[in-house]
Amino acid sequence: MPPQLKTLIPLFAIFIVLFLVGRHLVVPESFGEAGHYRFNSIVENAEKPLQYADKDACNECHEDYVMEMESDMHAGLSCETCHGPGFAHYEEPDSSRLLVPDQREFCGLCHQRNFNREKKLAQIDLKEHYPEKKCIECHNPHLPWDITE
Amino acid sequence: MGHNRVNQSRRNFIKAAAAAGGLLATGIVNPFNAVIFASEQPTDPTKPWWGYGIDIEKCIGCGRCANACKTENNVPREPFYFRTWVEQYTIKNDGTVQVESPNGGIDGFEQIVPDDEIFKSFFVPKMCNHCHKSPCVQACPVGATYDTPDGVVLVDESYCIGCRYCVQACPYGCRYIHPEKNVVDKCTLCYHRISKGKTTACVEVCPTHARILGDLNDKDGELVKFMKNHTCLVLKPHLNTGSKLYYNALSGEVR
Repeated sequence: MPPQLKTLIPLFAIFIVLFLVGRHLVVPESFGEAGHYRFNSIVENAEKPLQYADKDACNECHEDYVMEMESDMHAGLSCETCHGPGFAHYEEPDSSRLLVPDQREFCGLCHQRNFNREKKLAQIDLKEHYPEKKCIECHNPHLPWDITE
Repeated sequence: MGHNRVNQSRRNFIKAAAAAGGLLATGIVNPFNAVIFASEQPTDPTKPWWGYGIDIEKCIGCGRCANACKTENNVPREPFYFRTWVEQYTIKNDGTVQVESPNGGIDGFEQIVPDDEIFKSFFVPKMCNHCHKSPCVQACPVGATYDTPDGVVLVDESYCIGCRYCVQACPYGCRYIHPEKNVVDKCTLCYHRISKGKTTACVEVCPTHARILGDLNDKDGELVKFMKNHTCLVLKPHLNTGSKLYYNALSGEVR
């Protein structure tokens, strides 16, 4: 063996070992298992907490309301569209209450007259349509065409 | 005769050289395919390959999707951080186009253009396109944003260095820097929900079912059916991003 190699080979070996140790310390666990990313990150993303349950969850206890709603124009709407996120309530029914929006502006988000949606659903002008009353005083939001007054 | 023979050998040489060159070129380029096509279509058609459909004809611009998204995913409430938002397009009779999105549509829309000046008007919900050749994935220098095997573009929060390259790379403007975490944030297609068999928050609350989440591998699925029944387009197809967000009734004015 030439004498030059005798000094170079150990030197190279040290460099390679140092590189491997450094790489082991720097590259996180599960990196590169499925591509150029940390595979465990998929699991972390999947484990985030839920806020919204879904209509099936509501239906487990409030079947009466769900059935009622299916019989009128608001059929197909999710409960949480108006009542807000309900997963905490689903997990522990006594711990939190859901929203019961009663402001005219909330109904107006869908029903305020707008050129874009005029032909798609019932439209009113919030400024002209009984401006002194709340919508839910006359319309039952679960049965919007069941008018009480 | 001799003259002919020289020509023949030159032709053979060129042929051989071209073949060798081609082989060499594919040999060199092939490893980079992973870079050019950040991810490929799934090889296993039995597993989900998530896509999304939006029916512009059905959208009424109530903004419940943008609101639910912010609640579900703890998106800052300031009116300039959105994972999904709704835009109101108004095309006037004189051809000018007006686009507005006050607070992403969460507080509703007002049409200030008088009816007789409107040629046509519609709402366009926007969100991450979950491209399968994502520019953002290719731009990320550390591998903190990636395409999952089921076709969702996700961000690794603990690995992102907040360099903002992906924010610039996204042609759809669907990313923002989270002001508290200082890392990039974007639509995850509610990965924590879809991996538990639930639908996304925006699909759940949409009152008119204008939004459809579906598995593109499921040939009888809701999304594939929606795409068969409508003429669907993607945004900016000329960029070849492989967008998996399909719009029905998408007008040319939408950017």
